[in-house]
Amino acid sequence: MAQTILKVENLHKSYGKTEVIKGVSFEVKKSETKVIIGPSGTGKSTLLRCINQLDYPDKGRVWLEDVEITKPHIDINQIRASIGFVFQSFNLFTHLTALDNVRIGPMRVREMKEEEATKIALEELRRVGLEDKIHHYPAQLSGGQQQRVSIARALAMNPKLILFDEPTSALDPELIGEVLEVMINLAKEEVTMIVVTHEMGFASSVADDIIFMDDGMILEEGPPGKIFKNPKHKRTAKFFSKITQLEGEKAK
Amino acid sequence: MGSLISIELALAFLGLGFVVGIPLAVGEVYGNKLVKNLVVLPIVEFFRSIPALVLLFLFYFGASSLNLSLSPFIAALLAMGFRSAAYQSQIFRGAIKSIDVGQMQAARSIGMSKFKAIRYIILPQALRISIPGWSNEYACVLKDTSLVYALGITELMRQGRYIVARTFGNAILVYVICALIYFIIVHFGVKLLDFLEEKYKIPGYEIKKVTTRV
Amino acid sequence: MNFFEFAWSILPKLLPGALTSLKLTVLAISIGLILGIPLSLGRVYGSKVIYTITTIYIEAFRGTPMLTQLFILYFGLPSIGIMFPPFTAAVIGLGLNSAAYQAEYFRGAIQAVKDGQMVAARSIGMTKIKAIRYIILPQMFRLVIPSWSNELILLLKASSIAYMIQVSELVSVGRQIASRNFRTFEVFLVIAFIYFVIVEVLNRILHSVERKIKIPGL
Repeated sequence: MAQTILKVENLHKSYGKTEVIKGVSFEVKKSETKVIIGPSGTGKSTLLRCINQLDYPDKGRVWLEDVEITKPHIDINQIRASIGFVFQSFNLFTHLTALDNVRIGPMRVREMKEEEATKIALEELRRVGLEDKIHHYPAQLSGGQQQRVSIARALAMNPKLILFDEPTSALDPELIGEVLEVMINLAKEEVTMIVVTHEMGFASSVADDIIFMDDGMILEEGPPGKIFKNPKHKRTAKFFSKITQLEGEKAK
Repeated sequence: MGSLISIELALAFLGLGFVVGIPLAVGEVYGNKLVKNLVVLPIVEFFRSIPALVLLFLFYFGASSLNLSLSPFIAALLAMGFRSAAYQSQIFRGAIKSIDVGQMQAARSIGMSKFKAIRYIILPQALRISIPGWSNEYACVLKDTSLVYALGITELMRQGRYIVARTFGNAILVYVICALIYFIIVHFGVKLLDFLEEKYKIPGYEIKKVTTRV
Repeated sequence: MNFFEFAWSILPKLLPGALTSLKLTVLAISIGLILGIPLSLGRVYGSKVIYTITTIYIEAFRGTPMLTQLFILYFGLPSIGIMFPPFTAAVIGLGLNSAAYQAEYFRGAIQAVKDGQMVAARSIGMTKIKAIRYIILPQMFRLVIPSWSNELILLLKASSIAYMIQVSELVSVGRQIASRNFRTFEVFLVIAFIYFVIVEVLNRILHSVERKIKIPGL
């Protein structure tokens, strides 16, 4: 039985009077690629941010392996160092080169020596295919390249799992491919991932498990084959039909 | 020469202002409401609403009423240094606020504490953005060093006065030369800061120039 | 006499000084306004010659300390035969200085008025002068209010420098009082408080004026 890396139990989050996450629970096993899909604005991003506590859940508990990370007095910085996060808007540190962006985590958070940190950084940058751009600044890189650097930055911390918050939504269409390719390779290398995305192709071919979320709740959960062919809820079916409608138009 | 003293004074004031200004700015942006409203804002408001001359006298005479004997130089340093801190804190505050919120989030997401994030990610960027405003502050502080004349410190203006008194010289000539010296020092300082701005520019980013008097 | 009683007792004595400071400020900012607008127009719309002359004026007054400028006017000019009484010298000095700063604020505001405005004005047949008068300036005045308010307050604080050329404004009066009772620190605490109050009040008034005259949407 594979080890459970992340467990989310009954998460609730409200902004003011609006409840955005209404009791979400799920588990992620080691090496699993879990993809969360659903209409925009239904709390998917908020859910991710509640896991590494960039936003604070109002109710509910989260466990990273066997440590409850929603406990009040826990060292959240240590926890965040073990959870990678890839933002929709990349958020690379603008004043640092690609190399510095990737090695600042190991150097300043894990307090590694520069040599060691640099070795790790170069390795990760090679892994995402950017070994020839290590001295470039973010403003000199394309969107796709920036996002790949940000993935390297997350990887350099040797996290237990990586959270991807709509990683390709801010990219021009022709740049999406290079980022998805990196993510597919990571999935093949058995990195534990949770991906929030609108890329259905990626979801159906790479996910081990899909979660369909709407209106702050999980409506369906299961392997891609089951979800896409036999959705239980009407809303899920409706969502997919809209997608295939678009795909259909594109095909025409 | 008086001019050297003026430059020394300016650098001292700016230095103190910088060292105190950054914590003030960080406190104002990242501090809790208590720190911000009870500590930072009153300090900033106090030093900005009161004329520099009054501040100088306040510190100079205040010291003796507390039975401390402060040399005019130290009194001036404290008064003008803290004043510069108040102004600089606003420059830094503006710069910090203009940094995209994603930078802090990304820093926290790799496990940096708030302190580390401010130190390694926010401040390096904020300081670069602050250079134009800081250049303005440099000019202001340098010109304000002339006010320490009132405390009897021998900087440029007082030296000018001595020269006029001793030589019964052409007063207007002497003072115009003083003015010229100030102008040159300010001008070169600003040019130097422009050069630094160019040198430490983040490749790919343009920093807008703002010319407002603080 | 404790501090508060003392403070209360010297307030009336300080009043004439405060009034002089205010008078100085108002006169100086008016001179600055009257001179500043043509200066800014010269810098934006003028020929190369006018541009150079106005720039030299502005750079000279912004690049040198106010104290030096006042010294030149009050202590310097007599050596070539022109003597101003202290108050006059202060008004002239503060006024000319303020004109230089105000000119830069106006220039900034003029340039903030979109280019299309001038082009549109010319396209309905207005001369440059008419366009400036009816289209550019009215917008500029509204845009410049924040910086202008700032200048007013700066000038009020700068009026204290006139003490150095023997004008009987607030600081000067304060020192006179202090020389008689030796409670200099407390006198200056009161003076600081007076400035603080005036500045805060002015700030509030100017902010509400700003809000009322704002162009909707701009």
